[in-house]
Formats: sequence, C-alpha cells, structure tokens
Amino acid sequence: MNAPALREFSYRMIRYRRTWRGTAVVSIANPLMFLLALGGGLGTLVDRNGPAALGEVSYVSFLAPGLLAAATMQTAVLESTGPVYESVRGRGNYRAATATSVQPFHLYQGHLLFIAFRATTSALAFVTVMLAFGLSRSPGTALALVGAAALTGVAFAAPTVAWAVGVRRPSSLDSAFRFVVMPLYLLSGTFFSVDQLPAAVRPLAWATPLWHGVDLCRAISLGTGRPAMTIVHLCCLVALTVTGCAVGRTTYRRHLHP
Amino acid sequence: MALQTPADDVLLHADGLVKRYRRTRRSEPFTAVDGIGFAVRRGEAFGFLGPNGAGKSSTMRMIACVSPASAGTLRVLGHDPAADGALIRSRIGVVPQDDTLDAELTVRENILVYGRYFGLPRRAVRGKAAELLEFAQLTERADSPVENLSGGMRRRLTIARSLVNDPEILLLDEPTTGLDPQARHALWDKLFRLKRSGITLILTTHYMDEAEQLCDRLVVMDHGRIVATDTPAGLIGRHSTPEVLELRFHPGAQSVMAEKLADLAVRTEVLPERLLLYTADGRTTLTRVLARNADPLTSLVRRATLEDVFLTLTGRTLVD
Repeated sequence: MNAPALREFSYRMIRYRRTWRGTAVVSIANPLMFLLALGGGLGTLVDRNGPAALGEVSYVSFLAPGLLAAATMQTAVLESTGPVYESVRGRGNYRAATATSVQPFHLYQGHLLFIAFRATTSALAFVTVMLAFGLSRSPGTALALVGAAALTGVAFAAPTVAWAVGVRRPSSLDSAFRFVVMPLYLLSGTFFSVDQLPAAVRPLAWATPLWHGVDLCRAISLGTGRPAMTIVHLCCLVALTVTGCAVGRTTYRRHLHP
Repeated sequence: MALQTPADDVLLHADGLVKRYRRTRRSEPFTAVDGIGFAVRRGEAFGFLGPNGAGKSSTMRMIACVSPASAGTLRVLGHDPAADGALIRSRIGVVPQDDTLDAELTVRENILVYGRYFGLPRRAVRGKAAELLEFAQLTERADSPVENLSGGMRRRLTIARSLVNDPEILLLDEPTTGLDPQARHALWDKLFRLKRSGITLILTTHYMDEAEQLCDRLVVMDHGRIVATDTPAGLIGRHSTPEVLELRFHPGAQSVMAEKLADLAVRTEVLPERLLLYTADGRTTLTRVLARNADPLTSLVRRATLEDVFLTLTGRTLVD
C-alpha cells in the first residue's frame, strides 16, 4: 500500500464520516437479532434434540462464529458492489480521480483498504455482541475472530471490486447478490455443519470460499482448530485476495483508462 | 529563462493520432479519432469544433492521459502520455463534460479532496481552496452541499477544482453545454481571466459562438478527422463569403427556389427550413432576389459564422 492509494482511502473516510452512525447501529443490531432469533429461539429446539451432531456445543455457540464470517462477507460484498459501480457509472469519484496524478490501481487499493476497514469494524461489533452473550472464551479468541472474519470479508471484496468496476447495469449487481452471495450464505455451513450434507455435495461446500471463513472462525471460537486445516483455510482466503488484486489491477486500468 | 527556443513553447503536439475502441471484447473496433495532427503553443486558446461524435472528447481523453492512443504520437508538456501519464496529469487541469462532483460533500470539501488526490499538503490545499472559491464566486456557498448548487455554480466549481494543482494546461470538454445564456457568459468571463493569467486553454465545443469568442485557433473535426485548421476569422474568410442571406419559403419550396436564385450567390445551401445564399454583400443580393419576384416569407442578412464554415466543409449543420 502506498501514498496515492491512501488518498482514495481518505476520500472514502471523509464520506463515511457522514454515514458511520447508521452503519454502527446496523453492525450491532444485526448480530443481536440473529443471535436472539436463531440462537435463542431456534437454538432451543436444536439443543433439545441432542447436541451430539454439533460436537457437544449449544447451537448458538455453533452458529455465532459461522454467522460472523457470513455477515462480514455480506457487508464486504455490499461495499464492493454498489459504491464501486456508482464511482464509475454514477456521479462517482473515479472519473474525477483518474484526471489527477493517481493511477487506476491506486484507486483499487485505496477502495479495498476502506472495505477492509468496514469489514474489520463490523466484525468487531459482531464479536462485541458475542462477548455480551458470553460466546467468546477470551479476549485473545475474540481478536483472532475479528481477524479471521475481516480476512474472509477482504477475500470476497478483492475479486468483487475487480469485477464491479466493469459492470454496466445495476441489475448485474443484484444478480450477483441473489445467485452468488445468498447461496453461499445459506449453504457454506453457516447454519449447519456441512458434514450433514449428502456426501456427493460435500466437496462442493468445501470448494466454496465462504466455507473456509466459516470453518476458520468456528474452529477459533470453539477451540477445535487443527493446525493443518487452519493453514489450508488461511491459504485459500489469502489466495482469493491475491487473485482479486491481480485481476483488479487489469480491470481498473482497462475500465478507467479505456 | 533567457534561452527559450520555439520548441519549448509547443505544449501539445500530435501527429497521426488514432483512437480505436471496442464496445465489447468481440465487436469490431470503432475508429473515434482517425489520424489527426496539431500543435498548441503556450498561452494559446485552442479549440476543437465539431458535432457530437466527431472525436473531440476521445481526443481530449488522450491529451488528459486517461485513454491510451491506439496509434500515432502525442506529446503533452514534452512528455509521452504512455510513459509519464501521472506526471503529465499532475501538471494539467481537466474540466470534464459531465459533472463528476461529489454531491454529498460540501463545495469546499470537493476542492480539498481533489487537491489531496494530487498529493498536495493539507495546509496548502486549504489556502488554495479559499482562493479558488473566491475566483469562482462561491465563497458564500463554501460549506453547503454541492447538491444544492445550480448548474452554473457546479460548472464554476468544477473549473475551480481543476485549478487546484496550478495547471499549465486546462482542458475543457464542452464547458458551457447545458447552461443558460447568462451562466455561459459568466463562465466565458472566468475563462478569459484564466487565459490572461497565462494558462493554455484547450476546449471542445459544438457552439460556434463559443469557438469564436474563446479560441485563438481551432480545428474543425468531422468523423474523427480534422477538416480545417485556422483562426476563427481565417476559417470564415477561407471557407465562406463575408455575408449570408437567409431566405425562408413555403415548406418544400426551398430547393426549387435554390435553382432559380443560384446565379445570384457564390454558393447556395438548402436546409430543411431555410435557403442560404453565400454572398459578399447580402443587401444587394436581397434586392436582386426581390426584383425577381421570389417573395420569401422571411429574409435575413447576417455575417458569416463558423456554422457556415462547418456547413461548407461537411455539408451538415453542427447542432441537429
């Protein structure tokens, strides 16, 4: 990350100064409602049927870290689609900024840095709620959870931003949300263990990037992590980030300097 | 500097410049700029005149180093945009055709953010912003959001913003399109002041009066090519008679009358609503037309303008 990229980041922060209160409320209220409804309400039913399937933990303890990863991904993807599209097609800043001495890739880097900031702060809010529910074992675990969730968010943001800069119609953004983000959200082991899926589909779940984030967060939270698996998860998420950056370098240049 | 060679004075130089686009990856490339050449000296106001789609904006984007040339050479401030784009951009100002202000930020914040993109120190940008707001007559609106500004004010702010890095060249793409006449004249005044201060102005327009008012020299573009280069007066002198007699007849009668009156003018031009007779002396020609009992519905004698030059060169009007 270099100085020109920080200029784009600081522009995003100036804008964010106007809207941060709203996002802060959402970042707290969202996990609060999900954990109350699914953890408290649905969890009572699940726990009554024997917690063996979840590895002898309560449903809410099982759900919370998965939900953390999925919610952070959702925040990151939302920040990576509309705002990027607006910056190119709407009255956004990319077209203004490209006339200055910054290069397109600086805009990519600075915007991604801002999304990383948003992913981190919303993960922090989520983990704070988990602490309030007594769902985190130690401050160290809580910090590791924030880090893992933020990495999950960035791993999704990097390729999404790279793609969104070239999108011509806003309906494509909706489709991406409906056909990519929602299925991942529901089927990547957020709400249930992927071991419960039919054996034939299980490898499919393992291949989805969100599963790596979910499983990483869950392993940290429940203290069930195995080093080899943790390394695989981290490598997958980092690889997705690096690939996204490489693609973004090309797409930003192609679309902003046509 | 005591030893300034004429070559130092050419801020902008293009030769055989071409821009081809592909709409999608598979479509045939479309040639927007088709081998143009021009040179602009320091302190000049240089215009690109032409209808929509003539290749003016594509040319401007190449000069602004936000669109690589497909072929040909281009030098801006002595540098090659392909190699030194960021360096060139740090020394030029750009007023884009469409509004790229951030409507949610205040007037002042828009200038501050833009200055920061150039890497200018915070303190320096603050001082500069105050000065530019004064220049754009927006000091009183400094802290109101841009969304509350009128079109003319927005355009003045865009110009003020483009000056934040003290540019040597200012690129203006259709600077007054969409503004009411009063706002246009106010903007022209600002541009005259900038020109007097020594900034080189490069502008595109499809308004002939704007080109005549602002440009020392201009090129007429059509279908991606340059069809003429000269001063506004030079172009009119070379490609048109001094005066034009405009006659209007009953709808459909224009071409019939054109044939009947052709011998009275140097050249005639038939438009859907009007018949133009190019002549050195419009009054005398009108007297002769009336002597033939031609009986036009209306008649008008006027000086020739760049519109006539364009009509002569391309056979079409500038604004359809």
